Amino acid sequence: MSAPTTTPPPAPAAPTTSTKPVQQAGDRIFKGAATGAGVLILVVLAGVAAFLVAQAIPAFAASAEQLPGGKNIVAYIGPLIFGTLLSAVIALLIATPLGVCVALFITHYAPRRVAQGLGYVVDLLAAVPSIVYGLWGVAVLAPAALPFMGWLERWFGWLPFFAGPVSATGRTMLVVGVTLAVMILPIITAVSREVFLQTPKLHEEAALALGATRWEMIRMAVLPFGRSGIVSGAMLGLGRALGETMAVAIILSGSGIVTFNLISSSNPSSIAANIALQFPDSTGVAVNVLIASGLVLFVITLLVNSLARYIVNRRAEFSGAN
Amino acid sequence: MTIETDPNRTRTDAELAEEALVPMPLVRGELPRWAPWAILVASLVVVGVILGVTSGFSIPLTLVLGAVLFAVATFVISRVVEGGRKATDRLVTIVVTVAFLLALVPLVSVLVTVIQNGVARFDGAFFSNSMRGVVGEGGGGYHAIIGTLIITALAAVISIPVGILTAIYLVEYGARSRLARAITFFVDVMTGIPSIVAGLFAFAFFALFLGPGIRFGFGGAVALSILMIPVVVRSTEEMLKIVPNELREAAFALGTPKWRTILKVVIPTSIAGIASGVTLAIARVIGETAPLLIIAGLTTGVNLNPFSGRMTTLPVFAYNSYAAPGVPREPFIDRAWTSALVLILLVLVLNLLARLVAKLFAPKTR
Repeated sequence: MSAPTTTPPPAPAAPTTSTKPVQQAGDRIFKGAATGAGVLILVVLAGVAAFLVAQAIPAFAASAEQLPGGKNIVAYIGPLIFGTLLSAVIALLIATPLGVCVALFITHYAPRRVAQGLGYVVDLLAAVPSIVYGLWGVAVLAPAALPFMGWLERWFGWLPFFAGPVSATGRTMLVVGVTLAVMILPIITAVSREVFLQTPKLHEEAALALGATRWEMIRMAVLPFGRSGIVSGAMLGLGRALGETMAVAIILSGSGIVTFNLISSSNPSSIAANIALQFPDSTGVAVNVLIASGLVLFVITLLVNSLARYIVNRRAEFSGAN
Repeated sequence: MTIETDPNRTRTDAELAEEALVPMPLVRGELPRWAPWAILVASLVVVGVILGVTSGFSIPLTLVLGAVLFAVATFVISRVVEGGRKATDRLVTIVVTVAFLLALVPLVSVLVTVIQNGVARFDGAFFSNSMRGVVGEGGGGYHAIIGTLIITALAAVISIPVGILTAIYLVEYGARSRLARAITFFVDVMTGIPSIVAGLFAFAFFALFLGPGIRFGFGGAVALSILMIPVVVRSTEEMLKIVPNELREAAFALGTPKWRTILKVVIPTSIAGIASGVTLAIARVIGETAPLLIIAGLTTGVNLNPFSGRMTTLPVFAYNSYAAPGVPREPFIDRAWTSALVLILLVLVLNLLARLVAKLFAPKTR
């Protein structure tokens, strides 16, 4: 260290004063591939929008006589939008409170050992294909719901929702809503559960140490923390319910009407179900009309998802979920 | 003197304090541990007896009304004995538990129904015969199973590299650049695309080049990729994010170039999570019906070429067998349920596989 001033400094240290990092060929290729993949996603999404618009334009340009049913395009899609929103809202109203309760049960009430297994079962149920739920809805739920719908008509018939007369087959809007609720329940549960599990343990223990009961602890520590998670889970479920095709297609035999009557045999169909039912037999401008309705569905789900993201982002700073 | 009086005085102080405390107990009354169970049984019995005496006795009705009575009774008794806060706590516990059980009913019913109805045709013929030339009995879903496997495999081949590379860009290269933010946003948008819209896109795209009325397997794979890519990106991104930065910095400090750091340090650390996320993404799309109904179509025979001709998949087969059965009806319905059962089993196996993969690939910590 101290003595030898005679030894020259190590040769390579002096000339490499450049602060730029060394770029290898592998680096450039890898970065290019990664960036390319990201750009590809943007291109594909732009393509989705562009091709849908391109194929939908003939439907908007066509005259009413050329369209199926001889109706104006707005008159054709309007009831479908109504049916889509109605079924999704019923599903959301049923599934959100239940999903939050189930998530709370799994995270804070069930015994620890059972809870993990339950969480796994919920994840599994979220992956069960929608066609299975659809088959279940038409074969099991619809007949089973008949007495209940009769009861609704008898006691709540004064409400426009349950005016009746009750459909003899049980294939009604209410059954569709419940089926969709069953379908999105695992999604809402899974998202809420994830967030509830992330509640800081110290917050919970502090609340309990101050003498809070379990419910007070949940109300003061867990729910405020998980609020954005609940909202985004519900919106995710809403998006799925809006776009759900097969369950609606297999249960409802829809007609182009607008009614709030949930238990009668004439129901509005949904956009997605209508596409699935009509598409295989359609040709010419009818296909363009279906694609136009698909474009409308795309826009609706886009709005719902953007709203969800906005809510989550606005609340992100208050919760720890980011 | 003072020394004598002091202990006296303190003693009386302590006694006074003790006396003052007596009328104010430190604990309130508490229901014994068996009380909730006793109330539950009692309310069920009461409801059952009342229903039995007045009108028809039915198990579901008894359970529903019993649960309501149980909640009310517990709340009232607990409020009297334990006070309002405890009573609310008990009420919420009951509500949450009942909600959980209520949610369990349809989910269990789905599984039981599918197994019950699907077992009838869960035989060798279903897995070895197609529907070509089958009018009534017999036949199977061999062609649909093959179609599902081919289309899902193609979708996976497209989505996995694109998804993982995008996630790598977002986490390792893009970090807060405008492009990265745009990609993140649009991946979120893609997550919300309804599956039928993905099918319409694939149709609109290929119809433009290959003529109207186009139906083929590869189009289905493209549609499924649109649904699968965002799932892969999101799960991979999450996994890459939790790789500690210290590992990357250690690798850089040793002079490792960035791409080798990613390939040799970051990916191996997170491979367990990535692999299980990918498996779950496959499980998500394997049951998609709507896009395949539109772009892949329906046929009765085996088609091994995804680039020409219609290709049946299991969900579409199940839907069509149920929605448009032939005569006689029964064999078609049976085949639909068996297809549903096979689908659930596929999803189950993929989920278990994801667990196994996560365990096998987990980085060795010692």
